[in-house]
Amino acid sequence: MFLLKLIVRNSLRHKLRTVLTMLGVTIAVLSFGMLRSVVDAWYAGVEASAANRLITRNAISLNFQLPVSYKEKIRQVEGVSTVSFGNWFGGVYIDEKNFFANFAMDLKSYLELYPEFLVSGSQRKELLTDRKGAIAGAKLAGRFNWKIGDIVTLRGTIFPGNWDFTIRAIYKGRDKNTDETQFFFHWDYLNERMKTMKIAADTAGIYIIGVTKPELAAEVSQMVDKLFKNSMAETLTETEKAFQMSFVSMTEAILISVQLVSFLVIFIILAVVTNTMAMTARERIREYTVFRSLGFEPVFIFMMIAGESLLITATGGTIAIAATFPVVKVFGDYMSMFLPVFIVSTETIVLDVIISLAVGLLACVIPLWVTFKIKIADGLRAVA
Amino acid sequence: MITLLLQYSLRNLMRRRLTTILTALGMALVVFVFTAILMLSNGIVKTLVTTGSYDNVIVLRKSAGVEMQSQITREDSDIIESHSDAKTDTDGEKLSAREIVVLISLPKKITAKPANVVIRGVTGKSFRLRPVVKLIEGRMPRVGSTDIVIGKSIAKGFQGTEIGQRLRFAMQEWVIVGIFDAGNRGFNSEIWGDVNVLSQFFRRQSAYSSVIFELKDGSMFDALKQRILRDRRLKVDVKRENLYYGEQSEMMSKFLTILGLSLTLIFSVGAVIGAMITMYSATATRTAEIGTLRALGFRRFSILMAFIFESLFLGGAGGIAGLFLASFLQLFTVSTMNWQTFSELAFTFSINFEIILSGMAFSLIMGFAGGVLPAIKAARMKIVDSLRTA
Repeated sequence: MFLLKLIVRNSLRHKLRTVLTMLGVTIAVLSFGMLRSVVDAWYAGVEASAANRLITRNAISLNFQLPVSYKEKIRQVEGVSTVSFGNWFGGVYIDEKNFFANFAMDLKSYLELYPEFLVSGSQRKELLTDRKGAIAGAKLAGRFNWKIGDIVTLRGTIFPGNWDFTIRAIYKGRDKNTDETQFFFHWDYLNERMKTMKIAADTAGIYIIGVTKPELAAEVSQMVDKLFKNSMAETLTETEKAFQMSFVSMTEAILISVQLVSFLVIFIILAVVTNTMAMTARERIREYTVFRSLGFEPVFIFMMIAGESLLITATGGTIAIAATFPVVKVFGDYMSMFLPVFIVSTETIVLDVIISLAVGLLACVIPLWVTFKIKIADGLRAVA
Repeated sequence: MITLLLQYSLRNLMRRRLTTILTALGMALVVFVFTAILMLSNGIVKTLVTTGSYDNVIVLRKSAGVEMQSQITREDSDIIESHSDAKTDTDGEKLSAREIVVLISLPKKITAKPANVVIRGVTGKSFRLRPVVKLIEGRMPRVGSTDIVIGKSIAKGFQGTEIGQRLRFAMQEWVIVGIFDAGNRGFNSEIWGDVNVLSQFFRRQSAYSSVIFELKDGSMFDALKQRILRDRRLKVDVKRENLYYGEQSEMMSKFLTILGLSLTLIFSVGAVIGAMITMYSATATRTAEIGTLRALGFRRFSILMAFIFESLFLGGAGGIAGLFLASFLQLFTVSTMNWQTFSELAFTFSINFEIILSGMAFSLIMGFAGGVLPAIKAARMKIVDSLRTA
């Protein structure tokens, strides 16, 4: 009790300095949490993928199409439950700055394969019966203030011309990491217009395959690829996770730099807090030696110094964790064009706590070393 | 007088070396991060903006944005070339090339993970249109063959890319016959082969991706653009080549700028707090000293300046250290996917005078912000009180 009182009193002796140090820790833990969330956001697509979904694309690269006739052949493979297909549309809404992901999909089967997209029954029916109907994620609809029944025009970049769609449904994400910024419309609509324009119609960029059991994934993908081996369009089938991962790994360089920066952040926290604790110890060397000459054990002095340091970092860390949520939300809104899903994960919070405590402990190493190295007689003589 | 103050500030920093080093180090790291992000963004912009040439014109299908999405039929290409007003080459032919651009995926050397690489179907004119592209090893591809030449970054970063080795794509084996260097431009991340052979194997015979030509005179661009856009038969966009590549850097550099600025904003608050702690403690431990100085006749303003100098030194030292560390980043090549084209692009961290200036200014501002309040506190002390604390 005496010790606790001493620790609190000690940390209140230089109120301004303590507050500043605490703020330093807050800022650093906050930015660490933010960076971790950026990295998490990078992997959001990977995290959100299901084990029972496979993606098939042209073996050359995503840039190449597959004939839509593959659908029936794939469906006959054992272990396949549902097959959906479609194209990356890449349309632009008014201006390039408004970028969002938009796809032309076989909507009925697609929504079956993605139960995490929650759509009300009536909206689903409306969507499936309207040839020019489209479905948008709740976040995307919010961004442009779209309501059911609104007409949205996209300018095609891959498929020329202006394309009008009517918003018939808005989906919500079932899970925290479901991407609510996507836009889908009927592949049939796209295909019809492609036919009249005499541009490669009846093709799909990707197939999405639902397998009956996740254990069958590897087997099914091998069988599908074997089916089209040595054909005009060879396929590459992989799990949805691996498919998403291939995008992440292509931007790995940036990801690594973000992670490097988060280590630097920890380093900065350490520097700031160590600095303060070093100052504190230097000023109080005389006091510490008084304690020791009075017969207090070194353990007591250790507890006193470490306690103060821990109190400061723990308070700073707590404030930071509380602030992480609103900050990540604001930052996420800014970044939604690049990284659609921004959430603070539990691991981030756990790491925040660990870092705050570890920094608190590490910061008192130097002051402790200084205090114990000095002889009692010298310490009593010392003037800070 | 000024030198005396400066010396006083410097000596004080030297006296408490550990604290000084730790504070400056914190600032150095912030400046390092700040500079690194600016260098990265600058590197992308520089690589892409210099990729195109000002006098070259690129024609794409309307609103295609990038070459990979564009298709221009043979007939349209003829019409475009008839409008083009291109420079004529030594052989009397127009300096104009119809190219196709497709993406293939190849495994990277270190991670073995596949990445998207641009394959460009070219003609002999393509090399003349881009004099920066120089063969550094091997030979040029023969017309009508499955020869390919690869950019320097491809040779460095991808598996099986030695001269004489074969790459397999589009159900065909392609022989690497040469390596070219475009001096850190986007072309270094591309593979070039004969346009007719490539379009045949990729079954893209009906259309090209783009038509590129060099203007006789750069100032004729606007007139030419009008002429092509007015032609009702064509649905195309006409751009200067450098502008076209410059646009491709926008998304990445915007992302890096938002990320970088938010980070440095937060970090710098941290560093300023660090400096403030250091400077407050400097004033606290030197109260008696300040009193003595005042008693000797130094004015409040001199005391204020002395402490501000001290923290500016701190910021300056951090800035120099941070910039010094960051300048080494220029040795690194970063290779990442460009979101606009979905293809691999290699570029280097690139520093310029502006970045050095903003890095330095940033660290001095941090130093000043951290030192100004403690300095005011020191300057406002009463002589009698401060002398008594000793």
